[in-house]
Amino acid sequence: MSGVWVVMEERAGRVSRLSWEALAAARQLGAQIDLAVSVAIVGAAVEPLAAEIAAKGVSKVVRVEHPLLAPYTADGFLSALSQLVEKELPAYAVLPHSYQVRDYAPALAARMGQVLISDVVAIGEGQVFTRQLLQGRLNGSYRHSGSGTCFVSVQAGAFRVEEIAEAGTAAIEVFTPAIEPAQIRTKPSEPFRGSAQTVDLSSAPLIVSVGRGIKGEENLPLVQELATALGAELAASRPICDNGWLPLERQVGSSGQTVSPKLYLAVGISGAIQHLVGMKGSQCIVAINKDADAPIFEVANYGIVGDLFEVVPALTEAVKAAQQ
Amino acid sequence: MKIIVAIKQVPERDAQVRIDASGKWIDESGVQYALNESDAYALEEALQLKEQQGGEVVVVSAGPERVGTTIREALAKGADRGIHIDCDDLGDRDALGVAKLLAAAVKPENADLLLTGLQSDDLGLGQTGVILAELLGLPHATLILHVEKTDAGLTVKRELEEGWFQTIVLPTPAVLTMQSGGTKLRYATLMGIKKAKTKEVRCVTVAELGVDAAPVITLERVSLPQKQKSTQFIQGSAKEAAATLVEKLKFEARVL
Repeated sequence: MSGVWVVMEERAGRVSRLSWEALAAARQLGAQIDLAVSVAIVGAAVEPLAAEIAAKGVSKVVRVEHPLLAPYTADGFLSALSQLVEKELPAYAVLPHSYQVRDYAPALAARMGQVLISDVVAIGEGQVFTRQLLQGRLNGSYRHSGSGTCFVSVQAGAFRVEEIAEAGTAAIEVFTPAIEPAQIRTKPSEPFRGSAQTVDLSSAPLIVSVGRGIKGEENLPLVQELATALGAELAASRPICDNGWLPLERQVGSSGQTVSPKLYLAVGISGAIQHLVGMKGSQCIVAINKDADAPIFEVANYGIVGDLFEVVPALTEAVKAAQQ
Repeated sequence: MKIIVAIKQVPERDAQVRIDASGKWIDESGVQYALNESDAYALEEALQLKEQQGGEVVVVSAGPERVGTTIREALAKGADRGIHIDCDDLGDRDALGVAKLLAAAVKPENADLLLTGLQSDDLGLGQTGVILAELLGLPHATLILHVEKTDAGLTVKRELEEGWFQTIVLPTPAVLTMQSGGTKLRYATLMGIKKAKTKEVRCVTVAELGVDAAPVITLERVSLPQKQKSTQFIQGSAKEAAATLVEKLKFEARVL
């Protein structure tokens, strides 16, 4: 077995932020068990990225390169990374929990007779991996047993990226996997934007956001009135946009926009992790929810436990009164 | 077109979270169960494809006896028949173990398409569909919002991060994991509920499938999350709480 390996990803020509967080997690794990941290970066040509990573205090960087590795396909990455894992036999393989990793890593682990511990938020002593259950209302401690590589993917925002002083420069190697064109069974298109994005929530200083607790489309005016009184943009969690009650461009979360306003007022949003990653950087978070145990309160500065159908109209009145 | 939909029964969204005596899961006494949300979208997509293309929709689910109600619910919405993998120790199996059960149960069906939700609302591992594809040797795509049948196979719309999408072309048979929100969910009609009672649900045991439980990863303990921020809870009637909150946002947090 050869240490802790991180599979880092490219996004728009750069190493993705989530990849640096995965490296931070791997470094924490490596320090616990005194193992060196190496990095694999996969693509058709990843030399500049490898050079950047090599200066970040890792022991080795491997460019896993093949013309068939761009654009990304699950078949291509599975083939390439399974060959790398067989060659290097890592004790741990740490990956960012990106949409891309979710697409191939469960199969990669399975191909090795292993199981990915996905979406990890903390790594404890004794290699106990914490991940969230029941939409963030419960934490679970997982452990890997048996021999073989332990595969772990880490959640966005869970591990802090720190600057490494005196990092030196790691050796860079090239690994060319054997891949045949016939192995790639899927043909992906270029990414495209959904509808024309006319609402830029990321620049709004005040946001009122609504979730499942609003119950029906006919109740939306209630939160719209609060947003208007505050001069805030109206946003929503995924279920509201899934139901077509508000357009997708108003969705906050991993599949929508990431926001960090001065004030984020969450109305009837329980706070599933996919939502929290899109708004937990807000300066001040207020949550109104009937369930005192809702995960949204874990990130809220102010909370009101109560019936939103009573609290929201009262709040609209209080905001109007304060402006007079 | 023969379509298999793998569905999971999960605790209802607002089920009370109390840790049980083992410390490894929640106390499920009094918990109501529901069809996992993204699996409901997988089922809906399958039913719409069948309406366009003809064919058969078969639902498969693993779990104890109570899972039968969720299978009947799917049949009431329009699925043609069900396969119930009778398994009382689902929680002791990891994602690979569960996928092995599903793979063994669906393999003889030789379906054109296998659909499932992208993740479960209880464990949230988000892996079953991808591992199922690996075990069956089929191509797959994840986070799919829409499926179109073509002469050559399938054209699917995949969700990427931050409002981006892509189209993927792939041959059949294939496995797709469905994202929520791609279409509108239907309700079961009274006629559907009535018909569901006479539809076939075949029960298979774990022993018949010949899959062992030996997990590679284990859930050792569960705990209630610790708060990252200390939330100031504002008490009082709705009116009082609203007035206090506005005061605090103006003079304490200074965000208004």
